[in-house]
Amino acid sequence: MNDHDFVIDVSGIAKRFGDKTVVNGIDLQVKRGEIYGFLGPNGSGKTTFIRMLCGLLTPDAGRGTCLGFDVLSQQAEIKRQVGYMTQRFSYYEDLTIAENLDFIARVYAVPDRKAVVDRSLERLGLKNRRKQLAGELSGGWKQRLALAACLIHSPKLLLLDEPTAGVDPKARRDFWDEIHGLAADGLTVLITTHYMDEAERCHQLAYLAYGTLLTQGTVREVVASAALTTWSVAGPGLRELAVKLRQLDGIEQVVAFGTTLHVSGRDAAQLESAIQQLRDDRHQWTKIQAGLEDVFISLMGESKDNFA
Amino acid sequence: MRRFTPHRLWAVVIKEFIQMRRDRVTFGMMVGIPLMQLMLFGFAINSDPRQLPTAVRMADDGPFARTLVAAMQHSEYFNIIRTTATEAETQQLLQLGEVQFVVNIPVDFSRQLLRGERPALLVEADATDPAAVGPAVSALRAVADSVLDRDLKGPLAALRVSQSPIELRLHAHYNPENITQYNVVPGLLGVVLTMTMVVITALAITRERERGTMENLLATPVRPFEVMLGKIIPYIVVGYIQLSLILLAAHFIFQVPLVGSVTLLYLVAFLFIAANLAVGITFSTLAKNQLQAVQMAFFFFLPSILLSGFMFPFRGMPEWAQWVGTCLPNTHFLRIVRGILLKGNGFTEIIPELWPLLLFLTIAMTIGVKRYRQTLD
Repeated sequence: MNDHDFVIDVSGIAKRFGDKTVVNGIDLQVKRGEIYGFLGPNGSGKTTFIRMLCGLLTPDAGRGTCLGFDVLSQQAEIKRQVGYMTQRFSYYEDLTIAENLDFIARVYAVPDRKAVVDRSLERLGLKNRRKQLAGELSGGWKQRLALAACLIHSPKLLLLDEPTAGVDPKARRDFWDEIHGLAADGLTVLITTHYMDEAERCHQLAYLAYGTLLTQGTVREVVASAALTTWSVAGPGLRELAVKLRQLDGIEQVVAFGTTLHVSGRDAAQLESAIQQLRDDRHQWTKIQAGLEDVFISLMGESKDNFA
Repeated sequence: MRRFTPHRLWAVVIKEFIQMRRDRVTFGMMVGIPLMQLMLFGFAINSDPRQLPTAVRMADDGPFARTLVAAMQHSEYFNIIRTTATEAETQQLLQLGEVQFVVNIPVDFSRQLLRGERPALLVEADATDPAAVGPAVSALRAVADSVLDRDLKGPLAALRVSQSPIELRLHAHYNPENITQYNVVPGLLGVVLTMTMVVITALAITRERERGTMENLLATPVRPFEVMLGKIIPYIVVGYIQLSLILLAAHFIFQVPLVGSVTLLYLVAFLFIAANLAVGITFSTLAKNQLQAVQMAFFFFLPSILLSGFMFPFRGMPEWAQWVGTCLPNTHFLRIVRGILLKGNGFTEIIPELWPLLLFLTIAMTIGVKRYRQTLD
């Protein structure tokens, strides 16, 4: 295998804080130009893992490379080619948009700095707001600024930690278009998110819970590997029905989706026989394709059981 | 790429300057604090108080007694607000704190004087503030000696007091007139610099961490040392502005003599400013938030103002306090400043105070850099 195939190629990466293991032996390979989605509940170790990739934290165990540099010993080299967007807006609120970009460009010693900053402002539609203080921007604009800032040194890898939290749907869509454009140009993107629609826009997905990688692959592969059978039920008295369904063997989750319930289980036959007990004329039952969300909620429930 | 690079340092310096300019309140504080302290300490605090309210109990109304009272008034130490004959009244005045002194002129003052019997002059002082008593009493002794000397002439010359019962001779070097400002204003240099330098740097770095911008900064190729230095340099500039403000005020407002080399003072001040900044950085690595950083800064500031010899005479403090004082950079800087400005000390004379400053700077810088870690773990 050669280094150019994988932008990120790590194995057995682990990190402990005190006696708490936050990241527990993760193997991950990400190809150039891929958008890799990282999902998992809060506190599952996503942020810690990203911090280890970009050289902010040193892993306690494991080895591997990021952009061909050793994650344990060549952190300074990695930092120069990675753009990292933190979960919280972390540029200077008391500097203007242009000053923030200029500062970052100086730090990376970007050649032809002024032109680069100008181009960046233009491309993100921030040109006529350049003199505005970053602290006065709304969530969506702050996110645009942060993205512009972490792209200013033309990184080869973009690490985005929940970049779209608290951003409206239109801005989110624009953001994703931008990300896809960048990936098409060869930039590799690792992104964490809690939104299912965003997960489906990723080339590859990984699901992390309690520091362990539970599943990875394309959306289709992830859904298929979960081997989850899901039924949708519509009709009156869904709340009471849900309570009854949850008590039956073979039914792993019952989730309300608007005016329907999604009822899922891994053993298709057992699930069907369970449903049969409660089936009546008032309700319409249809077998549907399990969605990502069904799969993830099932994974989350499973991992909790493992930890209990 | 572990090397230090000036362009990254420069990036941080520029950023700090912009942020400093935007933060109007802090910026105002950096100029306002030296000015306010100058006014407070320069004008309001006076360890050689004059015009102290005084009552005189005149049991003798002779010419010598009257001359003495007039001379006291002239000395400016005493403001004679009441002349009375009854002891009860003077006691009440003292009790109520309306007068600082009661001077009792005995019944046969003039006659005893003429007979050469050395009359006793009883001075009762309200000694609740001893600092206010000392200078005035010695002034009174001098007044009495010289005034009576002058009046006893011609045939009375024989009665001149050839020698006082206690010979008291006071030589006040460098500040013969005991002008408090000569002592306080140069001392303020150290106090103001300690206060602003420690607080502002401690805040500047803690704020970066509190707002989450430190994580971002550390994810860039900026070396920790570059961040630290980039944050220090703008404040060194601020420190020199404060230094200049105080020196200007000292010279033009308080007429403090600048005997020694101001250039030497500017050079030495660099060590002191850097030492305080290093303390600020060390605090910022210990503090979890900006409030804690300010609290720690005050923890350092209080001994710096109280035990350095700024507030109270250093030699008057108990030994343990002198030891604490010796460990503080402000103590040595105060001696250097007073030495240069008032005594005209040159480089060789200030060496004994220079190396402790240097030692302090080295230790504080080492701890600061060690604690200030690159990664978040």
